[in-house]
Amino acid sequence: MKIFLKTMVLAAICLPLTATAHKQWLAPSKTVLNVGQWVTFDAGVSTDPFVRDNNAARVENLVITAPDGSVVLPENSATGKLRATFDLQLQQAGTYKVAIVNSSVGASWDDNGQTKRWPARGTTFTAEGFAKEVPANAKDLKVTQSIGRIETFVTAGKPNTTALKPTGKGLELVQVTGFNDLYSGEPATFQFLLDGKPAADVEVEAIADGTRYRNAINEIELKTDKDGRFTINWSQPGLYYLSASVSDDKAEKPATQRRSSYTATFEVLSP
Amino acid sequence: MRHRIPFALCAALLPGTVLAANLNVSIEVPRIDVAEYHRPYVAVWLEREDKSVAANLSVWYQQKKAAPAATGGAPAAAPNPAGGVKWLPDLRQWWRRSGRELQLPVDGVSGATRAPGEHALSFNSDKGGALANLPAGQYKLVVESAREEGGRELIDIPFQWPVKQAQQLKAKGERELGAIVLDVKP
Repeated sequence: MKIFLKTMVLAAICLPLTATAHKQWLAPSKTVLNVGQWVTFDAGVSTDPFVRDNNAARVENLVITAPDGSVVLPENSATGKLRATFDLQLQQAGTYKVAIVNSSVGASWDDNGQTKRWPARGTTFTAEGFAKEVPANAKDLKVTQSIGRIETFVTAGKPNTTALKPTGKGLELVQVTGFNDLYSGEPATFQFLLDGKPAADVEVEAIADGTRYRNAINEIELKTDKDGRFTINWSQPGLYYLSASVSDDKAEKPATQRRSSYTATFEVLSP
Repeated sequence: MRHRIPFALCAALLPGTVLAANLNVSIEVPRIDVAEYHRPYVAVWLEREDKSVAANLSVWYQQKKAAPAATGGAPAAAPNPAGGVKWLPDLRQWWRRSGRELQLPVDGVSGATRAPGEHALSFNSDKGGALANLPAGQYKLVVESAREEGGRELIDIPFQWPVKQAQQLKAKGERELGAIVLDVKP
């Protein structure tokens, strides 16, 4: 029973971000373009990256940062059953950051052997609600703050870095090798930051598109070095899903623990 | 041997100037028998050993077409006010190495797409332009071709600059490019 409870509590902790093993992704139609061109994006949640077979991703928290640092709005947004979609015309030269930034707080506790959670699915955290609904002296109370970023990058003409400036909050990726300058056979180096500082020993997973058409996921598993850096060898051209997460106790009150996750999609071209 | 010393002297006395030399390039756009043929986009450049671009020699892409005058008669080709710059990133290496940084059109570099056949390009370091201030070193002539409804191919020919003796260097594409001939002359 004790083990069972622990498992339940663990499951509850993980719930806000990984309700299942599903991955949330953004899939750009292209990432290397010229000024004036249109690009379209799909956003979905599925077991295998980029396979539209489960649910559309929620894109309410989508923020597109233009090469000059301003925020631009997507066009033709629509949400289907299996994917959400939106378009963007690249009116400026440079690199755009397309990001879904989710932030939430969730509590779980043991109420006479039953695991209770708050807030309920689909509702949001409020300080008042928390004070009212979550007993302060609840058994095994865990309050978890989750910060998640799902990003991709597209460039019109010459890349620039204005939109790529990290916010300093949660887990973020910084380019060492250009995000839109990726070619199979050429190793690329990126750096993870946690709250703006190099994040060492973070486990990173990368998966190439097309899992449906091969027998193994063939995930690439890497770990950041002391400077938060890691180097990845793209075995083939195509889209890649890259993901990492970190848990720590640097949560904002009333949360006691924090989970920061990061996912990005990169397009690798053939040289 | 008699010429060597004055050569070296000249180069030493006038740094930055390299003696006159010619690069004659012949590019074969192959005839490809397909139902829907579009002329390829082709970029030609000189690459340094670190793969950066030393000189852009030529880029052929669809040029702007003005709207036809409203005078009736035979229907003119559809207007294309932007030209084909939209598809230039398909010349992947060229785009990465320099295309994306250029303001097109570039005088003496940009040109219309060309029909199947052999096309001669001639560059002379005396006449200014791309070769005028090219420092001595090892270079590659790179030709990249990308075709709508077709494939892409990239071919390079290494050569030494400045040119010491006349030489004919050849390469051949497999599908999207035919024979590439580089004639270098001091």
